[in-house]
Amino acid sequence: MKLDTSGLESAVPVWGAPSELVDGFSAAPSFEVPNTTDFDGFQKDAIQMVKPAKGTTTLAFIFKEGVMVAADSRASMGGYISSQSVKKIIEINPYMLGTMAGGAADCQFWHRNLGIKCRLHELANKRRISVTGASKLLANILYSYRGMGLSVGTMIAGWDETGPGLYYVDSEGGRLKGMRFSVGSGSPYAYGVLDNGYRYDMSVEEAAELARRSIYHATFRDGASGGVASVYYVGPNGWKKLSGDDVGELHYKYYPVMPSTVEQEMVEVAGA
Amino acid sequence: MARYDRAITVFSPDGHLFQVEYALEAVRKGNAAVGVRGTDIVVLGVEKKSAAKLQDSRSVRKIVNLDDHIALACAGLKADARVLINRARIECQSHRLTVEDPVTVEYITRYIAGLQQKYTQSGGVRPFGLSTLIVGFDPYSGVPSLYQTDPSGTFSAWKANATGRNSNSIREFLEKNYKETSGQETVKLAIRALLEVVESGGKNIEVAVMTKEGLRQLDEAEIDAIAAEIEAEKEATEAAKKAPPKEK
Repeated sequence: MKLDTSGLESAVPVWGAPSELVDGFSAAPSFEVPNTTDFDGFQKDAIQMVKPAKGTTTLAFIFKEGVMVAADSRASMGGYISSQSVKKIIEINPYMLGTMAGGAADCQFWHRNLGIKCRLHELANKRRISVTGASKLLANILYSYRGMGLSVGTMIAGWDETGPGLYYVDSEGGRLKGMRFSVGSGSPYAYGVLDNGYRYDMSVEEAAELARRSIYHATFRDGASGGVASVYYVGPNGWKKLSGDDVGELHYKYYPVMPSTVEQEMVEVAGA
Repeated sequence: MARYDRAITVFSPDGHLFQVEYALEAVRKGNAAVGVRGTDIVVLGVEKKSAAKLQDSRSVRKIVNLDDHIALACAGLKADARVLINRARIECQSHRLTVEDPVTVEYITRYIAGLQQKYTQSGGVRPFGLSTLIVGFDPYSGVPSLYQTDPSGTFSAWKANATGRNSNSIREFLEKNYKETSGQETVKLAIRALLEVVESGGKNIEVAVMTKEGLRQLDEAEIDAIAAEIEAEKEATEAAKKAPPKEK
């Protein structure tokens, strides 16, 4: 399948046009291959080294009123926290959201690319693309780059003619339809709280609170997650950002400091 | 390096593409095909040249389906039709695979028209010598549609249209007699239009009906029955015209 490099194209030399730039180029730019005896093994090791550990917590779930999407905002490079204010919920178009887990650049680029494709579909077919179709487009692109080191673990959430839609798409080429997903290093902790508190018929406020709490608990235990817990709601009229709370403040909201009863007090002893 | 770097379809000094116009001539020599859209049904009718005695008529199907909900009839070079139909069928399935949804009638018409246009602007190829009538139901809105494409690659939607031999007379008839119909009335209108230029009888026309449930080919007996009904109606109106109206 032809790789989708449309987003990477810059000044493409016109075929046949004599030009100083073009002389010396006969085909697409290529790079040198390292000489090792075991190139495949080398490639695998290189990919493993480059593959970030998806340090993040994102979650999304479908309920009666629509889709709730939430994420933290910490970016980490190993043990170094590189940013506490990363936007991990990407707005593909006014009625579809994507979440970011894995390589930040990969997620951002391919979500923007997906946004372009969705818009072109709208223009060509005079109707919005379905969440099914959008997630399939992304999954097909990621599949064609399988094994080349992309790291993307994303959820596509949206509202289309058939109602709320939620798909999990990753850089291995997998695509799953579901009601609840959590992606990232903090996902086990988030799943614990989310699965426990989930009911299909919740109100928007209840669902937002559940999403917020799940992210908070994940950031509490997972070192690679933290920063701000953003919560978005996708309804029939599109998505809306509901809240963005610092998880430190959420901690004291959920576990306020109680003045503890003191057993013994130190008193001033009259100087002898 | 392209071997065929001289296009066969080139502009004439006064802005014509003669190859495309010659292709339209080929279409005008093809068998007549008519399509009529109703409120809940779309009908395709094609003139069937009398089959040779030894020919197995079942292998000469003029109305084919591109998918469960889309059918096509054409006029012109049948061999070109086969190629175009195969590409369209693949595109229907490919669309189902990439977006998990069936094609809309407009999408596949645009695809076929795009294909026809490509062959008017490539080196070393000639245009497809056929015009198609594409009918179907939109999988989302359930609305029936009828589209026509031609060798130049243009396409448009129609309430009723005809192509092929004597298409002008059929179209005139349809313009005079078209009204919004449904069900059997639409079938009758399509057959009446076709019978303007074709000898009456089930063995001279092939008719297929597309409803929400899918495509259904009418068999000879049915067509004969409807043709007989039409004859009877015609005679009744002739008689009413001749005899002075007694009542009223």
